[in-house]
Amino acid sequence: MFARGLKRKYGDQEEGVEGFGTVPSYCLQRQSLLDMSLVKLQLCHMLVEPNLCRSVLIANTVRQIQEEMSRDGVWHGMAPQNVEQRAPIDRLVSTEILCRTARGTDGEHPTPELEDDPLQSSASELPIVSSAQGQRNPQSSLWEMDNPQENRGSFQKSLDQIFETLENKSPSSVEELFSDVDSSYYDLDTVLTGMMSGTKPSLCNGLESFAAAPPPPSSTCKSDLAELDHVVEILVET
Amino acid sequence: MAGAGGGGCPAGGNDFQWCFSQVKGAVDEDVAEGEVLSLVPSKYNGDQMTGWYGHRITVYHVSLQNKGRAHSRGEYNVYSTFQSHEPEFDYLKSLEIEEKINKIRWLPQQNAAHFLLSTNDKTIKLWKISERDKRAEGYNLKDEDGRLRDPFRITALRVPILKPMDLMVEASPRRIFANAHTYHINSISVNSDHETYLSADDLRINLWHLEITNRSFNIVDIKPANMEELTEVITAAEFHPHQCNVFVYSSSKGTIRLCDMRSSALCDRHAKFFEEPEDPSSRSFFSEIISSISDVKFSHSGRYMMTRDYLSVKVWDLNMEGRPVETHQVHEYLRSKLCSLYENDCIFDKFECCWNGSDSAIMTGSYNNFFRMFDRNTRRDVTLEASRENSKPRASLKPRKVCTGGKRKKDEISVDSLDFNKKILHTAWHPMESIIAVAATNNLYIFQDKIN
Repeated sequence: MFARGLKRKYGDQEEGVEGFGTVPSYCLQRQSLLDMSLVKLQLCHMLVEPNLCRSVLIANTVRQIQEEMSRDGVWHGMAPQNVEQRAPIDRLVSTEILCRTARGTDGEHPTPELEDDPLQSSASELPIVSSAQGQRNPQSSLWEMDNPQENRGSFQKSLDQIFETLENKSPSSVEELFSDVDSSYYDLDTVLTGMMSGTKPSLCNGLESFAAAPPPPSSTCKSDLAELDHVVEILVET
Repeated sequence: MAGAGGGGCPAGGNDFQWCFSQVKGAVDEDVAEGEVLSLVPSKYNGDQMTGWYGHRITVYHVSLQNKGRAHSRGEYNVYSTFQSHEPEFDYLKSLEIEEKINKIRWLPQQNAAHFLLSTNDKTIKLWKISERDKRAEGYNLKDEDGRLRDPFRITALRVPILKPMDLMVEASPRRIFANAHTYHINSISVNSDHETYLSADDLRINLWHLEITNRSFNIVDIKPANMEELTEVITAAEFHPHQCNVFVYSSSKGTIRLCDMRSSALCDRHAKFFEEPEDPSSRSFFSEIISSISDVKFSHSGRYMMTRDYLSVKVWDLNMEGRPVETHQVHEYLRSKLCSLYENDCIFDKFECCWNGSDSAIMTGSYNNFFRMFDRNTRRDVTLEASRENSKPRASLKPRKVCTGGKRKKDEISVDSLDFNKKILHTAWHPMESIIAVAATNNLYIFQDKIN
């Protein structure tokens, strides 16, 4: 349970490795939460006038996760991304028109200047984008939507896309993943279970095939995060 | 209980036998997303109650004939219904401003008319609701149908006389307070001086005079210079019921600040800061979200205030900032489901809470059309349900129970069977009598106490 504070011992995680299809690791669960939060932030930004309170709460959650990940040492090069991660805040109040303007431009924007009126600020691209958007995933055309209403309608489809992409990343050495995990006071045992029984079967599939998938060249959580950046890049291209 | 004055309200929500009185609203109407019937009683005499649904305000009024009769309470009937706000378009930002109403507050009644403030995301309006039961007839210059008479035809002079007519209740906008908020307004609160009121959005609080629409004073501003540093927003604000210089505002981080307007024009420095230390054993990634305060209400006495966060209701003594004096769990069984509730956005639902007239009991809503009452004296609590099935006249409400694990007893409902689309965000308690109103989806339920 998230909030019960039971500590998962390393031994538990090893068992989790063996029976991987059934017990997701803490690191994975945390990653899923991060992914879900980022998707929610994206949705916030797609709205014409985002709910500021909600956006701030989600962004704070993302920040917490990232801070913990950096403490655990799984998020290297945290600092620059942290700054970028803060940028969503100023995107919280950007208008849909500014979103559209940003869509066509290059993804690399510096920290945006802020005018007094935040509603007109920030023509910057969404924060996670760290590289140029020259290389486009062919799926990206699915993300180019004309208006927020359509966005909401195809959200489920988009989410499946995200998770399919995430499914493809798989560290060659699963032990490396677990070795980074701190014995923390979070217990996320049922978190992912609850999520998986919900509406995202592709995430389930992804995790079940986790051990079976061929390893990519880089095999740490860091590569996972690079993949995540790429995925969010795709999202950002709207 | 009819006609009971201030001291006549018996202590406790649990000594009562709550029974169904009325339900208002459509039976099978599909509810559009985001439109919830909410209600606000007039805290001054409880005879008016407003429900609003999207942009449409309906005022319910207790019929005067029934009031005062022993063993019988008046029924609330529709008094007036009107559309408060129109959708607007902000040309500067190319945004449509929704006409959906966020809050309504009644003003104290000073004459025969009733006044209320209603607000959408950006604009506050003052409405006057008045009765007209007489009509003037016999004008000199106008015909009966209103057309001007030809002056040359007028040969005699008469005094117009008032003739009775069918009662007509009209609502007319008297003031429009606009263009003072950049962010979405979440609260309005009328001051005890009955002349000023505050309006709060996510980052700022403004002070208005009810008579002046073209000027407002900013009294709280928490917008950071760099919006990237924004981590906390204002979630609710309220004036103290007796001290016209004191108000509080709550934040998304679970803190409450009490400010004194005498200390400075801009109350960025609080006079008191209320925050409960976090329990490290229950810390999770969702701790901050569930600590975000969705409602803050002063007690009628002015000595306490109550805050509602996602899982609990806390009562604070204004003289003690370190921790609340009472914490009541509303639906602790949801704590293990926080991830799912985060996923389906229910974790962001903003529940309100209310005091009874004597401050001895508090009430708040939950999911599955359940609402909870806590007796502060006996420390007992009860879960009740507002549903059409339980809505036979004078039928008593049976306490409900949620089964949290293990074997489910008969009549219990398991956590996984709860309907999270049926949420009771708004409840109200008559300030003097044992009448409560509960807004469930698009119906308004009124319950009365049977014993008295």
